[in-house]
Amino acid sequence: MSNLIKLFFIFSKIGLFTLGGGYAMLPLMQKELVGPYLTQQDFLDITAVAQSAPGIMAVNVAILTGQRLHGVPGAVIAACGAALPSLVIILLIALFFQKFAENAIVRRIFLGVRPAVVALIMVPVFTLAKSAGVTLKTVWVCIAAALAVWLLHISPVYVVLLAVLCGVLLSKKERAK
Amino acid sequence: MIYWQLFLTFFKIGLFNFGGGYAMISFLQNEVVYKQAWLSTAQFTDMVAISQVTPGPVGINLATYTGYRTGGLWGALIATAAVCLPSFLLLILAGKYVFATRSTYPAAWRTLRLVVVGLIASAALTLCNAQNFVDCKSVLLCAGAFLAVCKLKRGPVTVLLVSAVLGFLLY
Repeated sequence: MSNLIKLFFIFSKIGLFTLGGGYAMLPLMQKELVGPYLTQQDFLDITAVAQSAPGIMAVNVAILTGQRLHGVPGAVIAACGAALPSLVIILLIALFFQKFAENAIVRRIFLGVRPAVVALIMVPVFTLAKSAGVTLKTVWVCIAAALAVWLLHISPVYVVLLAVLCGVLLSKKERAK
Repeated sequence: MIYWQLFLTFFKIGLFNFGGGYAMISFLQNEVVYKQAWLSTAQFTDMVAISQVTPGPVGINLATYTGYRTGGLWGALIATAAVCLPSFLLLILAGKYVFATRSTYPAAWRTLRLVVVGLIASAALTLCNAQNFVDCKSVLLCAGAFLAVCKLKRGPVTVLLVSAVLGFLLY
């Protein structure tokens, strides 16, 4: 039981400090979960599946991590934990601050926070590279995936599907040897 | 019955939305502004701005806000639960089988891990725009945050709080 409560608080902390999309939660998740709960490879695999499933990526990551650690109750608790802070904050804003986003202080704070969020998302690219098996020979796969999504605006879903297709063929070839 | 309509609309959005919170914005606009006429275009724009400057996944923020505006507290809870439900069911039922292929198709997962690193990089690159980087101070803040995490081993929460204070002082 105490493990479930811990899981709830970890994910509400992650939900509370996720600013600007699902990927922004990855650095904090990595810090909180990789090591005691997940390996770096588990973390990458969960990210891949969460990204390819429909819905909200941050919640999907919570569902998969919760399920991995404590089964279905873990998935429910982790998803609620990830969703609760923003639910409460949005309700408070909807109740009390109609023009919250136009507030001068909020704007100044976010001019500082947004560049930091970009830096925080860059960090896992480097810290996960080793366990993802990035070498001089394989790095082109990462670069191609990044360029396809960033410059060509191809949906990550197709990039993941293509990777799975190539990987399955590669697995078959390896087995044939 | 507004609750049932909220549930159906957000369940559909949760089921068919691929590609994260920002992709959800246009989908939601279509459903909430044009089809159901729950919000005006101005209200919708306010909501998008709010969801970008508040913590939490953008998709949850959008669901909670629309739910609250149309159906009060219960509307907020129902819309938020409904948007999470499709992927919850899907991942609970299929997740185990998907992860079981790690031993049968190892090369597929090796490729996938490389791609995920690329996807994270593209998420950061996409955010390198004029909205997030307004002047050289932004670039310095970004570089400082990166070094604080990598070299000084500071946690993401500390970095976010310090950058919030710096933003308040510098702008």
